Amino acid sequence: MIWGWWVTGFGVIFLFLGSLGVYRMPDVYNRLQAGTKCTTLGAFCTIIGVGIIEPSWFWTTFIIAVFVLLTNPISSHALGRASCVSKVKLCKKTKVDQSKGFCGEKDKEDDNS
Amino acid sequence: MMATIYFVVMGLGVILCLLRMLKGPTAPDRAVALDTAVTVTVALLVLIGLVLRRRIYLDVSLVYAVLTFIGSVAIARYLEGGIE
Repeated sequence: MIWGWWVTGFGVIFLFLGSLGVYRMPDVYNRLQAGTKCTTLGAFCTIIGVGIIEPSWFWTTFIIAVFVLLTNPISSHALGRASCVSKVKLCKKTKVDQSKGFCGEKDKEDDNS
Repeated sequence: MMATIYFVVMGLGVILCLLRMLKGPTAPDRAVALDTAVTVTVALLVLIGLVLRRRIYLDVSLVYAVLTFIGSVAIARYLEGGIE
């Protein structure tokens, strides 16, 4: 199957762009968005492409791809919520901040930290 | 030939994540960089298994994804300060 290599290459490009976004973005939340969305699509396409190249491996690679597709947003959400609770600053170009009240009981305490 | 190009590109991605892990100002930056690097590594392990024709790399990749998910959620719980 020759077009499996094209699917794999598409995924590899997305993986590299996600890593570049992690390196270049100015803020934790921007890095989280770049590093999660691009990486989820990239890993899904790469693993499914390997399953297309080698058809007897397809269902195992399908299980790995579905697992990555399910658990990557969950861990990303947990990390974003943790950085919001532990009061990581937004970058200076931020126009709108709607995170008041979404960060647990720690907001009601003092803001000294 | 194609697989060599893919390995080089994904390796550059992992190196960029490691540079962010060295530079990152706060602890959640390093956790995010680790999460991204591990997802790239899972795809890289599957591709290595294709090139070397060893099916065991698929199982290694699945177990690595499971353990890293648990570790990432544990790091997030620790950063919230909520481990009671």
